[in-house]
Order: sequence, then structure tokens, then C-alpha cells
Amino acid sequence: MIELRNVSKTYPNGTKGLDQINLKIEPGEFVAIVGLSGAGKSTLLRSMNRLHDISEGDIRIDGKSITQASGKPLRMIRRDIGMIFQSFNLVKRSSVLRNVLAGRVGYHSTLRTLFGRFPEADVELAFQALERVNIVEKAYARADQLSGGQQQRVAIARVLAQEAKIILADEPVASLDPLTTKQVMDDLKRINVELGITTIVNLHFIDLARSYATRIIGLRAGQVVFDGPVSEATDERFAEIYGRAIDQEELLATRLPGPQVLEAKA
Amino acid sequence: MNTNPRPNAKSNAQANANKSANLSVNPPGQAGLNRDRPQAPGKLKHYLTAVIILLLLWGSSVDTEASLGKLIQGSPNMLDLLREMFPPKWSYFDNIVPAMLETIRMALIGTTFGAIFAVPVALLCASNLSRSAWIYQPVRFLLNLVRTIPDLLLAAIFVAIFGLGPLPGMMALTVFSFGLIAKLTYEALETIDRGPLEAMTSVGASSVQRIVFGVVPQIQAHFISYVLYTFEINVRAAAVLGLVGAGGIGHYYEVTLGFLEYDKTCMIILFTLAVVLLIDYVSTKLREKLL
Repeated sequence: MIELRNVSKTYPNGTKGLDQINLKIEPGEFVAIVGLSGAGKSTLLRSMNRLHDISEGDIRIDGKSITQASGKPLRMIRRDIGMIFQSFNLVKRSSVLRNVLAGRVGYHSTLRTLFGRFPEADVELAFQALERVNIVEKAYARADQLSGGQQQRVAIARVLAQEAKIILADEPVASLDPLTTKQVMDDLKRINVELGITTIVNLHFIDLARSYATRIIGLRAGQVVFDGPVSEATDERFAEIYGRAIDQEELLATRLPGPQVLEAKA
Repeated sequence: MNTNPRPNAKSNAQANANKSANLSVNPPGQAGLNRDRPQAPGKLKHYLTAVIILLLLWGSSVDTEASLGKLIQGSPNMLDLLREMFPPKWSYFDNIVPAMLETIRMALIGTTFGAIFAVPVALLCASNLSRSAWIYQPVRFLLNLVRTIPDLLLAAIFVAIFGLGPLPGMMALTVFSFGLIAKLTYEALETIDRGPLEAMTSVGASSVQRIVFGVVPQIQAHFISYVLYTFEINVRAAAVLGLVGAGGIGHYYEVTLGFLEYDKTCMIILFTLAVVLLIDYVSTKLREKLL
């Protein structure tokens, strides 16, 4: 369970990134965070695993405060939270397998991982993760030989190998084309349903949020302006989140070439 | 493509008709048309730069009493020297092979140890990896200090401390390689992609694991390339270190020149040239493969 209590973040120049946020996310939820660029989606997500520090409040992961943790306890909390990035953040010069295995380092001592050797069980786990995202045949290819969608699936495999209980995905499909977007979102949804991993995704496209998420959180100027199930997230409510009527820009379906639309209701 | 063909066609016709006239008599004849265009910047700055450079050259040649006359006066001596150098004494080859091998070994060991010491220092120098400016600025300053000492001077100092032989030469090359590799590596480190580092933080990696998995794979090829490049330089540098008694082929330069045995000197030069060219070639090819 993720719990945010009165979380605020003020940047050194005085702008408020997050403003008094209170949230509770239960295990197994698939949450989509929506909002305009600069609304604080990324800041919110990155404060959950403390890639960003918050200025006020407390964030608890399964009862343990990540805000106050440091050193090994902080690393242990982070080990349980996988993250997926807009730009994939793979090491491009390393093989796919090594990138996935990098997700395992939190389980071993620094000394043991110094020369990049992993136990058989870890390699097996990495292969299973690659199989789950259907990219196992690329295991020994260099990451930069893969397309964007394939790279993002490797990043998902890394999170799976990490055996994370929570997945944070920061605009995971923003640099992908519509069809690849569907594949990646399907993978995320499947993992959420099959493995029960709590998934929190920042999304720009409203229809994606509606078709994949079970709960939608709307952010505007660092404040939560909507929090509820998909059924309540009507166009009118979205208009409130965005402060204006929904634009075609915010719909992925209008960007698809043919009539095929996302039908990914799980 | 073009939704409005009219202006296009018109301008085409006009352009064809007026092309030559427009281009050649632009500024004076049709100044009225070009009033909005910016003026070309003045060339004065370039002329002044050239004048200053010429003055500096002239000043330094006066100061060092170098002149073209002296060069011409000295040229018969140069020809004499060249004449004495040829034909080279091929049989001398057998005498200098061990010294040449020693030179290469010195370069190899110096480069290796320099590279090993350079790794931690480069990591400390990189502003994107070091914790604060309080660490990387002083380390950089020390590194720059090391780099200001010429290798020949280093060798002379080490000879004074440890006596004659290849050991001081190796140590000089170690220090020299360390400075060069650390500098090149930390500059490359500062250009790496931050993404993988962020990803490693998010999987709960320790700071050493972050470096092993997020930094090393990104920098590996560059680092090896820098080490090879330093090795090339070191072979050349090691060849002259013998002049100050720090072992290697340089010693034979001194001896043969001292005894005016220029044919032997020529043999050494040719041999050195061949070895350096070979190593440069191999190293360049390897570095091309790497990057």
C-alpha cells in the first residue's frame, strides 16, 4: 500500500510542484495519473520512490516511510518499486539480458555484483521476464538494436526481474507510436492482473487512461482535482482537470491510422 | 506540393530573367531593394588578428635570435649530417632490439598502471557522479597540476630519486598516463546518458552498483580507446626518456650521437619509426572497431 500524507514539494525557485497531496493506493490497483504537462504528474510519481525529494509530508510504502529512509533501508524500499521511464533508460551498449539482470542488483551485495556475475536462478528469472513480454529471442542482442517498443518491453522485463511489488510508469508510451503503445499498455495491464502488481501510470492520453486503469487521479497545478473510478471520469470531469474542454490532442484514438481503436478492457 | 502556383511561376520567370543581373550588381545598383538585409560584419577584426600573430612571430624570432639567414647558413651542416647518416648501419639492429623491447615494455607497464590509477580519480572528477563540488573541484585541480609536469622532467626527477634504469622511466610514464587518461575519461563521463543511472537508483542499487551497471558499460569503449591512444603516445615518449637515463632506446640515441656514429643513429631512428607506425596503425584500427 502506498500512502501519501500532506505531501508538498516546493522547488528552489518557489514554484509549487505538489500541493498538499493525500492519497492511498491499495495493492493490485491500476492507477492512471492524468493532467497537463507541468501539472506535477512526474514529480508525484518520482517522489514515490524518492527519485525526487519532497519538501513536506510523508510517503509510506507498506507502512515504511520512504521520506525518512536512507542508505540500505531506502535501497530496500526502492527494490520493491520498479520504475518504467519515457525514454526507457536502458544501457544501450549492453545486451538485453544484462539490462534485465541489472534489475536484480538490489538482491546482492555490491561485491558479488562487481563483475556482473549473477546466480543461475537470477538468469532464469530474467529469461522468464523476457518471455512474459515476448521478447526472449532478443536476449543477447544489444539494447540499441531494438525498436522503441521493444526497448520499453525490455524495461518492463527489468522491473519484472526486480520482483517489484509496485510499478511506477512515467509516461511509458509517450515516445511510442499508437500501435506499439497498445502492446506496451497491454503488457502492463496483463502483469497487473496476473501478478497483482500495483501499477501507477502517468498518461497524457485520456482514452488510454480510461481503457486500462481501474482508478484515475487527475492533477492540476500540483493538486489532486479528481480521484475516482473510471466510470466517474466523464468528459465533463476531464474538462475540469484540464481546465478546458477535451482536445483531440488528448485522445490517442484520433491518431490511429484506421478505424481500429483500443479495446483493451481486461 | 505547392498549393499556390502563381507566385512560384512568377518568381521563376523573374528569377530566370534577372538571375545574372541580380547576383552581380547587387549592392550599388539595387540598394533600395535590399534595405532590410543585414550588413556583412566588418573584416577589421580578422586583419587585426593576423597583424598581431605576425608581430608575435617576428617578436619571438628577434628574441631568440633566429633568422632565415642562419637557417640557410646551417643547411650545409644539415646536409653533411644527412650524408653521414646514410646508408644506415643495418648490422646495428641486433644491438638495439633488446632496448626497443624494453621501451615498449616501459610504455606498456606505464600505461597499465596509469590507467588503473586513473579510474577512481576520473570518477571523482566527473561533476555528474561526484557528490559535490567540494570533492571534484580540488581533485580536478590536483589532476591539472600533475598534467602540467612534462614527462621528460618527471623522468629526470625519478632518475634522481631511484637512479638510472627503466624503473624511473616507467614511473614517469605512469604519472603521465594517469593524468592524460583521467582527464579524457572524466570528460567522457560527463557526457553519459543519465537515464540508466536513474533506472539503477530506482532498482535499489548501491552507489558502486550504479557505477558498475549504469556507468561502466557506457564508458568502457571510450576508456579502452583512451588507454590505447595513451599507449601510442607513451611508446613515442619512452623512446626519448633514455636521454635523461630512464632506460629504453633513448640511451642509444645519446651514445651514438655522442660518438658521432650517425649511421647507427639513423638505424635507431628508422627502427623507432617502424615500431611507432606499426603500433599507431594497430591501435587506430582497434579504436575504430571499438567506437
